[in-house]
Amino acid sequence: MNTAVSIAAMQKLNSRNHTRAWIFAWLGVGLLTFFILSLLFGRYPGMGFISLEHLRNDELARLLVFNLRLPRLLTAMLLGMSLSAAGTVFQMLFTNPLVEPGFLGVSQGAAFGAAFCIVFLGGAAVVTQISAAAFALAGLGLSYLLARHIRYGGWVLRLVLSGIAVSAMFSAGLGVLKYLADPLSQLPEITFWLLGGLSSITWTKFLSILPAVTLGLAFLFLFRWRLNLLALNEETAFSMGLSPKQERLLMLTAAVLPAAAVISVAGMVSWVGLIIPHIARRLFGSDTRFVLPASMLLGGIFVILCDDLSRTLLAGEIPLGILTSLLGAVIFIGLMMSRGVKVDR
Amino acid sequence: MNAELITLQEVVFGYDRRKPAVIEGFNLSIYEGSITAILGPNGVGKTTLLKLVLGWLKPWSGKIHLNGKPLEHYSRREMGKQIALIPQSEHTPFEYSVLEYVLLGRTPYMPPLGLPSSSDEMIAYEALEQAGIAHLSDHSIIGLSGGERQLVLVARALAQQTKILLLDEPTSHLDLSNKHRLVNILQRLKENGTTILMTTHEPDIALALSNQTILIANGRILAAGPTDEVVNSGSLTQVYHLPIKIINLDGKKQVLWL
Repeated sequence: MNTAVSIAAMQKLNSRNHTRAWIFAWLGVGLLTFFILSLLFGRYPGMGFISLEHLRNDELARLLVFNLRLPRLLTAMLLGMSLSAAGTVFQMLFTNPLVEPGFLGVSQGAAFGAAFCIVFLGGAAVVTQISAAAFALAGLGLSYLLARHIRYGGWVLRLVLSGIAVSAMFSAGLGVLKYLADPLSQLPEITFWLLGGLSSITWTKFLSILPAVTLGLAFLFLFRWRLNLLALNEETAFSMGLSPKQERLLMLTAAVLPAAAVISVAGMVSWVGLIIPHIARRLFGSDTRFVLPASMLLGGIFVILCDDLSRTLLAGEIPLGILTSLLGAVIFIGLMMSRGVKVDR
Repeated sequence: MNAELITLQEVVFGYDRRKPAVIEGFNLSIYEGSITAILGPNGVGKTTLLKLVLGWLKPWSGKIHLNGKPLEHYSRREMGKQIALIPQSEHTPFEYSVLEYVLLGRTPYMPPLGLPSSSDEMIAYEALEQAGIAHLSDHSIIGLSGGERQLVLVARALAQQTKILLLDEPTSHLDLSNKHRLVNILQRLKENGTTILMTTHEPDIALALSNQTILIANGRILAAGPTDEVVNSGSLTQVYHLPIKIINLDGKKQVLWL
């Protein structure tokens, strides 16, 4: 082996690791900064930032910042982290950069669950949340079970097909519920839920999703190296000492759990899980060692910023889902036009 | 002759229980430090045999032993340190650098929650040098030619540092000079004691490289033994239904089929 050459190669590697560490540091600092600034930013007492002075003297301002904005911001951060992490996991597991966490019946399941509760169960916030989360997980479970019985294509294709079928069934069910809903009270509520938003977040809601989100994200973070291998052919992953079938199922569950939890309190917030992993890959290449944590940080920043716009741009709230879709789509188009990437299939 | 490393006893396997078996009662021994070629027409179960040895496919009946121990007695991670697979081709839509991709081969040496260390990176880089593609280490895997990609898969298996290498038609995407390079790599590995089992469509490759050849047709072993004895005009003609001649040219056997 040529020692001089490999020393040079190793130095290059080290300097790349160094650059990566710096980008991570900046992302972390960015998230923290945006978080603190957003906490102080809003429409009270006037449009702009609350001064610390004001915060000390005004009881109402303290209440607003610590009981309304803080849980909302924390939820926004978790929402961004969960959807982006789940998006990264799904794109790897399905070796398809165009899938997002909701597509295995999860989003449509949650939507159906929420609408079902609004129409038939009275629509109390807690019950809606539980119903949405339960149907989101049911969507995943059904897709998985169906995939095991489909006799067409490989495992990935079967999951995709069954995901499409399950989503379609839930979406038809949602149509029926909308049709049955009282057009004056229930239908607007369903529509509002479908648009997604964080205006109703309280400490209780935040704490209710915290365990599932923390557990899922921690698991994904710890197993992030193996995610690289789960994007390979199953027998190749197997030959490197993995148990691909079991590990895929674990990863899938660990990704859907936090996603379902945040969807259950925030409604449908689309495009985050699709777009953020792409940006993370632009910054770090494809190695999930870096892409997964980068997705989490970027997702947190993205949703915090979108939510800032959602609550301050107009006097009334703009539903968060509209903003993430709009901004997400614009960024997506920009990304696809900025640099050519040759993809095999 | 060296010790038996892998043995198959009466192994029967098929993909669908309602149809006849693909592999019908194979008995085989693979010897340590040898190169074994699996030769036969398309669709006779060559790749299936590799996947059985890998442990990925489980036989309907019969036993496969590695080092005298049944395959299923090895942990997944232990197997990853014993046997590496070089698939015929592999596609990914993600832009890994070549070095990152080769680094994946180090996984069996990391604990389940582990990340590659700098010594893993060093080993991955050495594997690239062994495969003669160190200059590509920074390139994206997506822009590579078919031949370069095949060599990346070889390097990844080398980074896995296993005693046994399984290769599925390793020469199918390679031009002549890359074929020559691969033959040299495999030759060198054999000298260092690696045991190699490879499927191939090219009797030339079997003749040039392998000590042992397994000739398969219709789910049965037609012949298995020293390559010189197994690969001859008669057996090849019988397997491929073509008039095939083997001639001796400057002390090397050459296969003529046109």
